[in-house]
Amino acid sequence: MAPEKETLLEIQGLKKYFPIQKGFLRRTVGYVKAVDDVSFSVKSGETLGVVGESGCGKTTMGRSLVRLYEPTDGKILLNVGDQTLSVTELNRQDMKIFRRNAQIIFQDPYASLNPRMNLLETVGEPLLVNKIAHGRDLEERVKEVITQVGLRVEHLRRFPHSFSGGQRQRIGIARALVVKPRLIIADEPVSALDVSIQAQILNLMEDLQDQYNLTYIFVSHNMSVIRYISDRIAVMYAGKLVELGPKTELLAQPKHPYTEMLLAAVPRTVERLRGQRTVTPGEPPDLTRLPSGCVFHPRCKYAQDICKVEEPKLRALGPEHQVSCHFAETLDLQGINSPHVVRVS
Amino acid sequence: MANSQNVLVEVQDLQVYFYLHEGVVRAVDGVSFQVRQGQTLGVIGESGSGKSVSAQSMMGIVPSPPAKQIGGKILMHLSENGAGYRVVNLAALPPKGEEFRRIRGKEIGMIFQEPMTSFSPVHTIGDQISEAILLHIPNVTKKEARERTIELLRRVGIARPEERIDAYPHQFSGGMRQRAMIAMALSCNPKLLIADEPTTALDVTIEAQILELLKELQQEFNMAMLYISHDLAVVGGVADEVIVMYLGLVMEQASTDELFENPLHPYTKALWQSIPKIDGELTRLAPISGSLPSPFAVHRGCPFFSRCQARIPGVCDTARPPLVEVTPGHLVRCVLYAGRTANP
Repeated sequence: MAPEKETLLEIQGLKKYFPIQKGFLRRTVGYVKAVDDVSFSVKSGETLGVVGESGCGKTTMGRSLVRLYEPTDGKILLNVGDQTLSVTELNRQDMKIFRRNAQIIFQDPYASLNPRMNLLETVGEPLLVNKIAHGRDLEERVKEVITQVGLRVEHLRRFPHSFSGGQRQRIGIARALVVKPRLIIADEPVSALDVSIQAQILNLMEDLQDQYNLTYIFVSHNMSVIRYISDRIAVMYAGKLVELGPKTELLAQPKHPYTEMLLAAVPRTVERLRGQRTVTPGEPPDLTRLPSGCVFHPRCKYAQDICKVEEPKLRALGPEHQVSCHFAETLDLQGINSPHVVRVS
Repeated sequence: MANSQNVLVEVQDLQVYFYLHEGVVRAVDGVSFQVRQGQTLGVIGESGSGKSVSAQSMMGIVPSPPAKQIGGKILMHLSENGAGYRVVNLAALPPKGEEFRRIRGKEIGMIFQEPMTSFSPVHTIGDQISEAILLHIPNVTKKEARERTIELLRRVGIARPEERIDAYPHQFSGGMRQRAMIAMALSCNPKLLIADEPTTALDVTIEAQILELLKELQQEFNMAMLYISHDLAVVGGVADEVIVMYLGLVMEQASTDELFENPLHPYTKALWQSIPKIDGELTRLAPISGSLPSPFAVHRGCPFFSRCQARIPGVCDTARPPLVEVTPGHLVRCVLYAGRTANP
């Protein structure tokens, strides 16, 4: 029985709405509800995988957590030592403490680096801005962290254009790591990389996690990557959190119809089933015109009348498993059966 | 000329080099394969493998200059009205000439990863698809072309096609645009559809829909497909036969079943072990070490040498290994198999 892990981050009722402005006077006519009332907590040292398809809000949520977008509503609580920082309410001073503890890695290794800053400047900047180090000391710290991510000290004065995609992603990781944060939000960190490089970066991230006792919120649309890297998985759809549970359980026996649909759509690789997948019609909804009741009901094969009218709340189905579905207790959904996975009865 | 294996297109020793300021990129360096009528050939490769340039050569759309096709043939079997067929070497035709224009669009259709590359943003979807029909199919009126376009849009799963036909590409979602692109590629009943990473930018549930649609259309139109992707799992579900490309060369070729059950080339094996999977045992990924060499590098021997776990210095890096048929239908380019042939 593993020891109870402490909670590092708690998100309560997070919302991020983008106003739609039309007309000459730029009146607000509606909102894109990109993240709509999302709550969950993240334990120290774990990897929480956040999965969902385009428009589900996972990237917006990740960026809202570090206040790259200002949340519209909700609380983000980060436990640092004895303190609990309420991230949305921090002043500039305290934001600095926050930024030393929570960093982000981006998807696009080409867009996320300043082309006019060399490796030393790029990875050194967080140390300067947070007044952690400068001069000689800074250079030493930068050398240490870039070596750890597999880059060479000889390249300190090179610029982004002379690095490959995989190397640039390593630079992004080094930059996030150099302040020794507790939490790293990784927003699709391997999606833009070649297949043979993805594995290098995933393994690197795992090793760094052990070494630095990092906590990851790993955002991806790729279910196979999420399966590989996560301890727990959060599934998002149209701005809502629809299911959250331990990886093994969630994959073997999902509790939300959307999770079931998502898993069924991934082509299998084990021999007998190779290439097989289940096709379901429909697309995610327009975020400016969400369906009534449960946002998933138009695509859900189990939908009943109540689903069209009443929005299900996220509720606990077990000590670790949460779902928002009116019929979570009664539905027997299909997951992925793998040799290491035991179907939880 | 006998066509016992129903070959539709045969690529022979294709070589396409890019002459750039910094040097020469040997994008396709002696590639051969066959696409059979009604069948799907999968092409697996990463960046720099030459998979896209090979496909673009078949359509005559490789930017030349800086590219130059310095060798090889692309033999397409085109049916004549009435009996039999003739063989055309697409590689010998001027890409911007009359004959290639007649073939491109009519006999071969192509869909891309990014649907916006196929569509003009300032014309409606309907106008663009109808244009292709009017260009290639004789004796068709504008009205008939429009009707056919509506039917095509309906067939590819676009709801309310009689309204959507007058929409602009930016008014469609990603999945819908991809469907519209398929409709355009199929508008003249081509014998071959080239799909270059068509679902890479799409969500997995939409990808599943698109692939199912392609399979249905293939059967309906008796169409061959060249499916290019870096995603092994997807190719495994779509292709009858697969070739694996690396840095401009075919490294392995086999039926899909054979390639997945019995991969031989170290690159194929390494690729499979390095990707996360949705099922099967959950073990630590084994990445392929190193990274792609510079595209300007010239390899005297095997281009995979620098990253290969099974490499033999002095052997693999001195001469390019030939493509050898190890068992019937299974070809490998690797010195480890050079001594074994199907017919001793």
